Amino acid sequence: MTATAELMDYSDVVARFDPVLGLEVHVELSTATKMFCGCANVFGGEPNTRVCPTCLGLPGSLPAVNGRAVESAIRIGLALNCQIAEWCRFARKNYFYPDMPKNFQTSQYDEPIAFDGYLDVVLEDGEIFRVGIERAHMEEDTGKSLHVGGATGRIHGAEHSLLDYNRAGVPLIEIVTKPITGAGERAPEVARAYVTALRDLLRALDVSDVRMDQGSLRCDANVSLMPKGAEVFGTRSETKNVNSLRSVERAVRYEMCRQGAVLTAGGTVVQETRHFDEATGSTSSGRRKETAEDYRYFPEPDLVPIAPAREWVEELRTTLPELPWERRRRAKEEWGLSDAELRDLVNAGALELVAETVEAGAAPGEARSWWVSYLAQQANVRGVELGDLEITPVQVARVTALVAEGSLTNKLARQVVDGVLDGEGEPDEVVEKRGLKVVSDDSALLTAIDEALAANADVADKIRSGKVAAAGAIVGAVMKATKGQADAKRVRELVLQRCGQS
Amino acid sequence: MGDLTRLTAAELAAKVHAREVTAVEVAQAHLDRIAAVDGRVHAFLHVDHEGALASARAVDEALDAGQAPASPLAGVPLALKDVFTTRDMPTTCGSKMLEGWVPPYDATVTRRLREAGVVILGKTNMDEFAMGSSTENSAYGPTRNPWDLDRIPGGSGGGSSAALAAFEAPLAIGTDTGGSIRQPGAVTGTVGAKPTYGGVSRYGLVAFSSSLDQGGPCGRTVLDTALLHEVIAGYDPLDSTSIDAPVPPVVAAAREGAAGDLAGVRVGVVREFAGEGYQPGVLAAFHAAVEQLRALGAEVVEVSCPNFTYALPAYYLIAPSECSSNLARFDAMRYGLRVGDDGSRSAEEVMALTREAGFGPEVKRRIMIGTYALSSGYYDAYYGQAQKVRTLISRDFAAAFERVDVLVSPTTPTTAFRIGERADDPMAMYLSDLCTIPSNLAGNASMSVPCGLAEEDGLPVGLQIMAPAMQDHRMYRVAAAYEVARDAGAGRLSDRVPEVGA
Ligand SMILES: [Zn+2]
Repeated sequence: MTATAELMDYSDVVARFDPVLGLEVHVELSTATKMFCGCANVFGGEPNTRVCPTCLGLPGSLPAVNGRAVESAIRIGLALNCQIAEWCRFARKNYFYPDMPKNFQTSQYDEPIAFDGYLDVVLEDGEIFRVGIERAHMEEDTGKSLHVGGATGRIHGAEHSLLDYNRAGVPLIEIVTKPITGAGERAPEVARAYVTALRDLLRALDVSDVRMDQGSLRCDANVSLMPKGAEVFGTRSETKNVNSLRSVERAVRYEMCRQGAVLTAGGTVVQETRHFDEATGSTSSGRRKETAEDYRYFPEPDLVPIAPAREWVEELRTTLPELPWERRRRAKEEWGLSDAELRDLVNAGALELVAETVEAGAAPGEARSWWVSYLAQQANVRGVELGDLEITPVQVARVTALVAEGSLTNKLARQVVDGVLDGEGEPDEVVEKRGLKVVSDDSALLTAIDEALAANADVADKIRSGKVAAAGAIVGAVMKATKGQADAKRVRELVLQRCGQS
Repeated sequence: MGDLTRLTAAELAAKVHAREVTAVEVAQAHLDRIAAVDGRVHAFLHVDHEGALASARAVDEALDAGQAPASPLAGVPLALKDVFTTRDMPTTCGSKMLEGWVPPYDATVTRRLREAGVVILGKTNMDEFAMGSSTENSAYGPTRNPWDLDRIPGGSGGGSSAALAAFEAPLAIGTDTGGSIRQPGAVTGTVGAKPTYGGVSRYGLVAFSSSLDQGGPCGRTVLDTALLHEVIAGYDPLDSTSIDAPVPPVVAAAREGAAGDLAGVRVGVVREFAGEGYQPGVLAAFHAAVEQLRALGAEVVEVSCPNFTYALPAYYLIAPSECSSNLARFDAMRYGLRVGDDGSRSAEEVMALTREAGFGPEVKRRIMIGTYALSSGYYDAYYGQAQKVRTLISRDFAAAFERVDVLVSPTTPTTAFRIGERADDPMAMYLSDLCTIPSNLAGNASMSVPCGLAEEDGLPVGLQIMAPAMQDHRMYRVAAAYEVARDAGAGRLSDRVPEVGA
């Protein structure tokens, strides 16, 4: 392991150099089956259980393209403002690695399905930065190696390795940016904003889980520096293992500071792969790429070319969802949110849930309040994502409606929601089963009040004698008797009436 | 009952279906024949006595129960080239690399045979991974030509052809990448057809060169071959390159041809396939066959296909390139041979040691040629150029088929050479496939039918008949007509083979 690298002060780096970024994002598609076979495409599972002759690369097996994956690729391409190839092929990328069953990856080379697009990303201050998209192509994921016995979990020093091919053949889309120039000191922020925007876009397209922690969205960051005003790019490093949005920003910033120090000291940046360490926020040298690896690409002879009909492409264009940032702007305006409120909503992952709740008839304020406070709390307590709670926006809307019509108090409403979350059925069923309806029938209340007054004759006398404050004890007794389902205010009115004080 | 092994598949099927003999008796007769002669011929790598008798019994039971035969070939035994996966038998591809490997799945061809009630006797010998023209490259020792045990049976499917010629099986399956069905057919006096590329599924056919490989039927008569063709052919969604269209009516064409009238059929003699390097006896037999076609009413013209001369060099770039990638999966990680795994070596070292030990010299030669041809900087000059030649050859075929219905040539320039004769001269060996390769590069249909014996050595000569893609029935019609005329008076050519070891 090399000693900690010299780092240059960030403000000095951006004063002297222009950074150039290139971001490669791999996205695992959430299709039902794998890219070239019928195996289930599900994260994890007992090792080597989601495999078949094709994704294990057994002799004689052949691939067959998953049409849904092609469809997703085209929709992603369209959402990234790309051209969609009229005719393209898969290619074999040849290299030996134990977690790759055929020792070649079926990918695309010089004929990607989508190319030449852009993504406009919104920075913190609202400025829009346009990131050019070089290409988006289809390929298959590899299996996973688990290196046992070493200190680092890397292959170096390991005693042996275990291979799990469940992930082998999972459909991937690799999205490559054009060189990102002109970001200057905001380069790390741009990198983060780009990956964030891409993640949100893919989520809106409903093509991927986009879970960076599970590897369904993976980012490699290429960073180079050139002296301010120069036109020739510097030598780049490629940082891998960047597993969160925050890490994207940190890794780019770290590399800028490291390369700045190297260049300022008169050294040269080595073209290499570097690994990002979440714990220290630093990168360390990995494999050197002195000569470009020769993957001996050639067209995949086991698959026929893909020629998406223009009508199909146009049809898919009509399925594109509203872009996330447009969606947000609209929500902000329609619901009258402040910037902070919008941010909380987005950060909680509640925007769509609130929107659907509003669509189901709830008032925006009520809907937002339920999702960002009580339900967010419940999600936390139950250890699930907000969207995975066992309650639908329609059900939440029904609860708000019951409150609005006076059938439920807020406190009762929370109990109804608890019932729904616990699987007791629809809100109305929970109200019924748990007997949670507000008691608004005066005759029922009067019976309870009379009973309470009789049982507390001394208190009753005090009230009758004008000590109105004593009514609280009777109200409490009535509320207890009605299990809290009475409207306390109404009870108080009736108590005073009964005692001739109103 | 007579000697069942001397009957054709059509005759055997008729007897079994009429319950004159049982499928078990037929299978047993062939198993006995294998036991008697295969020690000298070595056509089989694996004989499945139990499995063969069990499937024969199943056919008998179904017929006894009054069911219609599962196919016109139900109950007929067959020898399967050891390059198709079989879940109940090893699949070695003639290589040490896969010694003892029993695949977990059946090839589509295997499955179709089973569903048709064809009785698989065992797996036949072949050049390692189908690379060769003599079956001398098998890691399990050469197969011998029943016409002369000191000579090669052709290759790579020498085991299948020898099994037919030695009456060990009435039907066999081969694969043809550059002539591996037709050339063995020619030198053993048997019939072999390479269907149109995409006509027979490649799923479960262990790949040598994906864009050239084609499984196909072999028999002792044209009709038997056609019957088998219809059993194994047809669209398969598991093979993306298989053609989604009705199977050409080859059986009807064979029956039509057997009527002996070729009036109106235009036959083109390929000018480029004659002359220097061709054995005089081969040319004489070929010319006699052409005269025979004319006598049957065919209109014979000479046709020039100038680019056929470049077929051989183009083939020896494309096939090795694809093979270098296809055979990368044999790396000791998941199945097959593993060498050097003593706990001290890395996966990479084990891969290298295994590939060093597991592959024979011809396979290594082609992997190296292919790796080189695909390397960056050489790709355009080699693989790219070869693909252009491929296009030119397709154009030659297209132009020729404007003028004629079928093309004819000798199948191979010489009769069977002696074992060892060309073992140290790869170029001389490669010339065996001179005439057969163009149809692999263009993907059209082609077959070899015996056309007599060469004067100088008394060994069989093959007549190659080529037809346009998906017009396989044309060549069957011509072949069947020729076969009838050839045997008129003299009796079946295949019956003139000397008794093995006599
Ligand atoms: Zn699979």
